[in-house]
Amino acid sequence: MTGRHRNPVRKSFSSPLASAFVIAMTVLWTAPTLGLLVTSLRPKQDVTTDGWWNALIHPDFGLGNYHAVLFEGGSGGSTGLMPFLVNSLAISIPATLFPLVLAAMAAYALAWVRFRGSDAVFFTVFALQVVPLQMALIPLLRLFSSGAHLGSLTLIPAVDLKGSYAPVWLAHTMFAMPLAVFLLHNFIAQLPRDLMEAAVVDGASHFKIFRSIVLPLCAPALASFAIFQFLWVWNDLLVALTFAGGTPEVAPMTVRLAQQAGSLGGRWELLTAGAFLSIIVPLIVFFSLQRYFVRGLLAGSVKG
Amino acid sequence: MSVSGSPLTAGPLAAGAWGDALIKFGNSVGAMAGFLGILLVVFLVAGRARGRLARPLAVLVFLGPAVLLLVVGLVAPLIRTVYLSVHNADGSKFVGGENFGWAFTTDSVQKVLINTLLWLVVAPLAATGLGLVLALLVDRMRGQAVYKSLIFMPMAISLVGASIIFKFVYEARGKDQPQIGLLSQLAHAVGWSDPPNWLLTQPLNTFLLMAVMVWVQTGFAMVVLSAAIKAIPDEVVEAARLDGATGVRLFWHVTVPMIRTTVMVVLTTVMIITLKAFDIVRTMTGGNFGTQVLANEMYSQSFVQFDDGRGGALAVLLFLAVLPLVAYNIVQLRREREVR
Repeated sequence: MTGRHRNPVRKSFSSPLASAFVIAMTVLWTAPTLGLLVTSLRPKQDVTTDGWWNALIHPDFGLGNYHAVLFEGGSGGSTGLMPFLVNSLAISIPATLFPLVLAAMAAYALAWVRFRGSDAVFFTVFALQVVPLQMALIPLLRLFSSGAHLGSLTLIPAVDLKGSYAPVWLAHTMFAMPLAVFLLHNFIAQLPRDLMEAAVVDGASHFKIFRSIVLPLCAPALASFAIFQFLWVWNDLLVALTFAGGTPEVAPMTVRLAQQAGSLGGRWELLTAGAFLSIIVPLIVFFSLQRYFVRGLLAGSVKG
Repeated sequence: MSVSGSPLTAGPLAAGAWGDALIKFGNSVGAMAGFLGILLVVFLVAGRARGRLARPLAVLVFLGPAVLLLVVGLVAPLIRTVYLSVHNADGSKFVGGENFGWAFTTDSVQKVLINTLLWLVVAPLAATGLGLVLALLVDRMRGQAVYKSLIFMPMAISLVGASIIFKFVYEARGKDQPQIGLLSQLAHAVGWSDPPNWLLTQPLNTFLLMAVMVWVQTGFAMVVLSAAIKAIPDEVVEAARLDGATGVRLFWHVTVPMIRTTVMVVLTTVMIITLKAFDIVRTMTGGNFGTQVLANEMYSQSFVQFDDGRGGALAVLLFLAVLPLVAYNIVQLRREREVR
């Protein structure tokens, strides 16, 4: 224990009772996920005859449910989760890359290419961060499906994007922009001024500075945001439901699982396997990159 | 096809699935390569500009795409939503406050408004409060990283996944059958022999759905608040202690004021995420049994009933509900930037 940790506030809150509380909370917080994993590994008949906690004592595990839910679907004739799993990946990766790059560029301009009105732009971006995306959903969908018109003048033509990932990518990129610009701006603005000025003196253009100084130095911030955005897109339901619909061509896992939670009713061995498949990717990302993830969260919410 | 279908029938299906996957990944990779390629060309060309044009060109290239996306994707739709909210179903006739009047006078929508308000108040307060308690308690424990990780973990899980996890926890069966839901089993263990069917009982079910949100968000509140508590300067605490403050008083008079800003930020963040209660409600009850919330009602008005006016009005109401906290945070940020 270092001196910093001998904080009297925390000391007065620490007692065997406090530890017991934290341990109880941890068990309570972990048990539901454990139940999901255990159930997904059990044979169908076991799942319905007794609670999953019994399987901890008499384990009889197999991967049959996963094969069933991935390739066979559950209710007659439908495809399995496989295409939806593929869609989730095919949506999430570009929808992470696009806002990451575009927001880093914007953040750089706002921080280092000062121009009149750059503060106003920054505050607008910050304010937009907290607008619920539900506010933008209906008009954006109409825009994609029928274009934008001012009187008889067509500003943006309708584009037929049905059955393509483009609307989902675009929507996620748009909705991610405010938070991304804000977070990356906080980081990029703190790069050493001397370094930037030296580069300008050497005759480097903004494009060169951005590529060879800003991007490499911002790698940790970029990583935090990338993880954050990837998890957000992978876990999203509303945007996907609105812009991708529910077909195996484009819809991600979340959309399919939400459908199945209703339609598969009591088929817990399948539902749990599907749900676990959908959470395993974020969990791997989370546990392997937790440090960056936490740093990103703190950058957004602890001021100082 | 039955679930226990033989591997023979699954074989060709699986092969088709892999081919399909290859095409889809091809599309994705292609789009990303195209995107980066275009950027590279723009950078090379614009980077050659010298003299008076160089600066404006840089601003345009760097900021242009982001501003365009924000205007097309957020600003314009926002204005459009407000416009739609005072027009009729297909946006052709101005109707004033009629849609809002409908929202406040229709029984089912009133119920939805009350539910939403409950969500926005209870879930953020519960998650933040619990997170604060845990932040205070966990830091002194050995192996705190393990506890923190495990409590934080649900944050990575989608709300749809979390909903399925908890739908299973809340699974209730007749009292003569063996229970497979954790909550029912716990109820039995403490001697409650005939608990209600959790998700069908109003208003209990709304609170049980909120528990899912609290489960997901508590870890976030804990991690952020724990960092804020650690950031309190030791001198401040020492000084207060010399003045005779101890324990709970020290907490209320030193810790709480010092982390107030962070608490507000956490509350706001959780509240914004609580707007995503949509996912939970849609997955767990489909909005039935009196659990409907604004976002789901908005979705069904707009995309099932095709009434853009009512959908828009509900979206505006949703925005108004979170506006106070949002305004507080903007004022706070402005003040901080002035200090710097």
